[in-house]
Amino acid sequence: MDYATLLQVLDTTVRLATPLLLACLAGLYSERAGIFDIGLEGKMLSAAMSAGAVAALTGSAWAGLLAGIGASMLFAALHGLAAITFRGNQLISGVALNFLASGLTVLIAQAMFKQGGRTPPLSGDARFNPVTLPGAEALRDVPLIGPLYYEVISGHSVLVYIAFLIVPFTWWVLFRTRFGLRLRAVGENPAAVDTAGVSVIGLRFAAVAITGILCGVAGAYMATALQAGFGREMTAGRGYIALAALIFAKWRPVAAMWACLLFGFFQALALRPDVVQSVVQMKVPVPLLDALPYILTVLVLAGFVGKAIPPRAGGQPYVKER
Amino acid sequence: MAASADNMGRQATAAPFAIELKGISKAFGPVQANKDINIAVPKGTIHGIIGENGAGKSTLMSILYGFYKADSGQILVGGQPTPIPDSQSAIRAGIGMVFQHFKLVQNFTVLENIVLGAEEGALLNTSLGKARQVLKDLAQEYGLNVDPDALIEDLSVGHQQRVEILKALYRQADILILDEPTGVLTPDEADHLFRILRGLKDQGKTIILITHKLREIMEATDNVSVMRRGTMVATVKTRDTSPEQLAELMVGRKVLLEVEKTPPAPGKVVLSVQDLRVRDEHGVERLKGVSLDIRAGEILGIAGVAGNGQSELLAALGGMTKASGTITLNGVPLPLSGPGSDGQSRREAGIAHVPEDRHHHGLILDFAAWENVAFGYHNDPKYQKSALFMDNDALRADTEKKMATYDVRPPIPTLEAKNFSGGNQQKIVVAREVEQNPDLLLIGQPTRGVDIGAIEFIHKQIVALRDAGKAILLVSVELDEIMSLSDRIAVMFDGQIMGMRDPASTDERELGMLMAGMTGTSDAKLKKEAY
Amino acid sequence: MDRLPRWADLTLVPLVSLLFAAVISALVLLSIGQSPTEALKVMIDGALGSPYGWGYTLYYATSFIFTGLAVTVAFHAGLFNIGGEGQAQIGGLGVALVCLSLPWPHWTVALAAATAGAALFGAAWAAIPAYLQAKRGSHIVITTIMFNYIAAALMVYVLVDVLRPTGQMDPASARFPVGAQLPALNDIPGFSLIFQRPVPANITLLIALAMAVVVWALLWRTRLGYQIRAFGKSEAAAKYAGINPVRITIIAMLISGGLAGMMSINNVMGEAERLLQNSSEGAGFIGIAVALMGRNHPFGVVLAALLFGFLYQGGAELGLWTSIPIEMRIVVQGLVILFTGALDMMVRMILERLFALVRSAKAVRAA
Repeated sequence: MDYATLLQVLDTTVRLATPLLLACLAGLYSERAGIFDIGLEGKMLSAAMSAGAVAALTGSAWAGLLAGIGASMLFAALHGLAAITFRGNQLISGVALNFLASGLTVLIAQAMFKQGGRTPPLSGDARFNPVTLPGAEALRDVPLIGPLYYEVISGHSVLVYIAFLIVPFTWWVLFRTRFGLRLRAVGENPAAVDTAGVSVIGLRFAAVAITGILCGVAGAYMATALQAGFGREMTAGRGYIALAALIFAKWRPVAAMWACLLFGFFQALALRPDVVQSVVQMKVPVPLLDALPYILTVLVLAGFVGKAIPPRAGGQPYVKER
Repeated sequence: MAASADNMGRQATAAPFAIELKGISKAFGPVQANKDINIAVPKGTIHGIIGENGAGKSTLMSILYGFYKADSGQILVGGQPTPIPDSQSAIRAGIGMVFQHFKLVQNFTVLENIVLGAEEGALLNTSLGKARQVLKDLAQEYGLNVDPDALIEDLSVGHQQRVEILKALYRQADILILDEPTGVLTPDEADHLFRILRGLKDQGKTIILITHKLREIMEATDNVSVMRRGTMVATVKTRDTSPEQLAELMVGRKVLLEVEKTPPAPGKVVLSVQDLRVRDEHGVERLKGVSLDIRAGEILGIAGVAGNGQSELLAALGGMTKASGTITLNGVPLPLSGPGSDGQSRREAGIAHVPEDRHHHGLILDFAAWENVAFGYHNDPKYQKSALFMDNDALRADTEKKMATYDVRPPIPTLEAKNFSGGNQQKIVVAREVEQNPDLLLIGQPTRGVDIGAIEFIHKQIVALRDAGKAILLVSVELDEIMSLSDRIAVMFDGQIMGMRDPASTDERELGMLMAGMTGTSDAKLKKEAY
Repeated sequence: MDRLPRWADLTLVPLVSLLFAAVISALVLLSIGQSPTEALKVMIDGALGSPYGWGYTLYYATSFIFTGLAVTVAFHAGLFNIGGEGQAQIGGLGVALVCLSLPWPHWTVALAAATAGAALFGAAWAAIPAYLQAKRGSHIVITTIMFNYIAAALMVYVLVDVLRPTGQMDPASARFPVGAQLPALNDIPGFSLIFQRPVPANITLLIALAMAVVVWALLWRTRLGYQIRAFGKSEAAAKYAGINPVRITIIAMLISGGLAGMMSINNVMGEAERLLQNSSEGAGFIGIAVALMGRNHPFGVVLAALLFGFLYQGGAELGLWTSIPIEMRIVVQGLVILFTGALDMMVRMILERLFALVRSAKAVRAA
């Protein structure tokens, strides 16, 4: 594989890793607070549809983004209602909301645009278009680094840069702020938070809301940046890959970034089986590349590749006891 | 009763009270957990609250910390009426609580645990910096040394408890409540804790120590209040009282349930236990080399304060936990770990087990009564119709018969276990186990949460089984139950047997001392007898 | 708070949940400018109005009975098997391998062998998550989700690179031999009087109903079922009774996976007559809704499977004859899972309030 091909694959990796990363960080907030969320997929999907629809109607990608966040937060609120207020089964709630999103998005898109459950193709300001970073053109001819900067790092939409900036921000929030301390504590031992006089329910709803926001951005990115409009089931299991990445990263933000880049890399490779074949000198089935994130996650879960210990109070509704 | 709460109250004019409870009552459904509780704790003292399990101590303290709301009554802090609707208010009022089960975040550092909920501003750095300094000062002042950067999960239980105390002090608590603080500590750690508490007292802090251990009360407190069945029966100065008097107050002069019982006719040894040891999931040794024999036609009672290894003894014998040492039943050794050490094998060998906790172990509450009658005996041939199917009709008929014999009410085999009263639930369990006609019956807390009528009935069944020549190991925290049923009494303390007594020649006072782990002059002699 | 009477818990809670789901579905239809009554009419006409419609409704219901039972068995052991979809697809692989391996002389022989193959493959796909849960404490929900995706990828590989006959374009196996083709209901004497046109519902329906009885007998009549239920209710108590948690976890999941796999004799052998990609078409997930709606009882599962069969056939009819997209049925499915599974506390609380009101009203009248 030559350098140019490598850069192409890496460029695709960054594009494909971005929605994974946003959804993964979304899940991180929720699960760190002790609320399992297998509904990342549904939130992304609903956000993608809303973003696609509103961007198409207004011609503004930013309005689309806001709409995406709104839709995703609506689903997050439902999850909070079921999981926190009514202490329901968090896993079942996630499954239910995924189906709901899967059906509603097509229904609404069809009702609005009559285009077979898609939203109209977006162009111009209705999309987040690539941004050329300062100096990219100038440095383009510098050997090695120049093309890397130009091809891989520069030339993405603003949401990509936002996603990667959220990684250090999340780390800072979790480990350097009062909110982060409490968030981590409520996922480990809500009784400790409660006896310290802090509201468990309030913290958990806050976490679920952040999950809603970030899934909203992820979905909006899918419809208004990665692609030009919403199509049915367009998230294609990315919510679950993000969940896998979260486990693979053991619920840590920086590791989550690397996990998402790795899984994005697999997705990029799956698009270029010719490249894979030329590198390993044998035929590698594309489905194997598709399945790699999941296989790796199972290995992590089984404790064969380090032990993934989820937040201790994860999945359990908090009931006050002496 | 040397002094009532009123007498204490009269001293109020001299020394102000740190905290006063007036007429506190709290009911959970039909159960009156606290009944018109009055208590006044003078500033700068260590005040003990003692009582049996279920006497209402923890409920009272939970009210004080804002976990429960009292049905009626008033709380005064520093002489001011102070409503405490939630933990936040308790903290603001200067009350700190060290729970029996620590409320710490295991993978946080000591420092993080201490600032949690009491942070200064939105950023952690300032909070942690300040806490580090405060911690250093506290360590100097009270001898509360803990590495601020250690993770909680790496600390010993004793150190974790110090973190809980530091948490309260960091929030500037003037009143510190400790709920059964020594339950999880080694004797050395407990001694250290009491030194710390005395240091805190000397600095003017007020301490409320909840415990059921007489020795701790005598050793550490200035005043002591005794609770019994939800009421405060007395408040006395510790130096004016004795363990004997406190024990009497705690237990009360209950109507001793007379159990008609002929003298025992012990036969051959049925169960022989040698050097039995059990470690819990944290690796702490809970049973530290117990040896005992039980003969046919004999009831061996195990007396002791809860948590001194009795549960582990039952669990090891009943096949619920791994253990080391040797046990033989009728001369045949039984494995203590690996294959053949589970509950099924124990039952097949002829050991029946009425567990201490019928809700979590003895019954499946969502199962019908008849399904519970097969619980543990689901492989028994008498409940099988064929190689494939269970004989549910036979099981229901059997249940009906047992319900009639044991007077279980209502006698409806299809009713779910959760819908029976405590006494009737226990009768179902006892019927199931006793009617298996085992060689050895393990029975833990046979009458906990059981009404008087059922108590009498269950006691009769136990004695009848003994008279049929079976061996019985009885574990109970109810001393009078042990006294009236047992043919021999072993007292357990800290995972060991402190002594064996003949119920005819001992009394509650002597057993109480042994239960508290007190080794008097006579004890050396007793120990010799036991081994 | 007063407890609900048993009959209310068993019947009212699912019915009220269903009512909630129906009301919200109607609101969804109204909000996209459609008439709920019109939609319901089309659904009933299309799914129940003719033997032909019933032929489809029963075909879907057959698959849902299997996957619903799969979720039910695992649920009674306290395990949430969300991997029915993957287990069903791998079960389909088992069916295809069996059907393609021999020139089967008669469908009865082929059916027996294919059923075994389907169950075996489905169980095998559940075995690894089961082992990881029992021995290594890996959360079965997450591992079964992962195994769904691994199964999907595996099936793509198998259908594209292994089972696809040379020269065929679409990723699918070869057609099964004639001896491995199952009689549809219109081929069966007696049923053929009702079903005069070819319908997809086939002999597998009877197997599904038989499995419902088998599962019922297993859970409530055998020692194994007794142990599964006891373990699912209380792991601590199971330990007291000497019930081995590892053994029960693995056995329950094997049975669950086997049942999910068996749905493939309905769709792969009975209908498609070759193995296609995504053969289970979401039926594995619908099993969750069916089990929740059916209160984890085999007979409830059969009723709920019929309801969802109706919903699926009716939903397809909506897609054909109205401008309501077929995805409406997924919305309803999501709502049913939401109300019966995640918000059941809410439904219960509402009913408990109502019952308390009725009771106090009665008390007042009595006094």
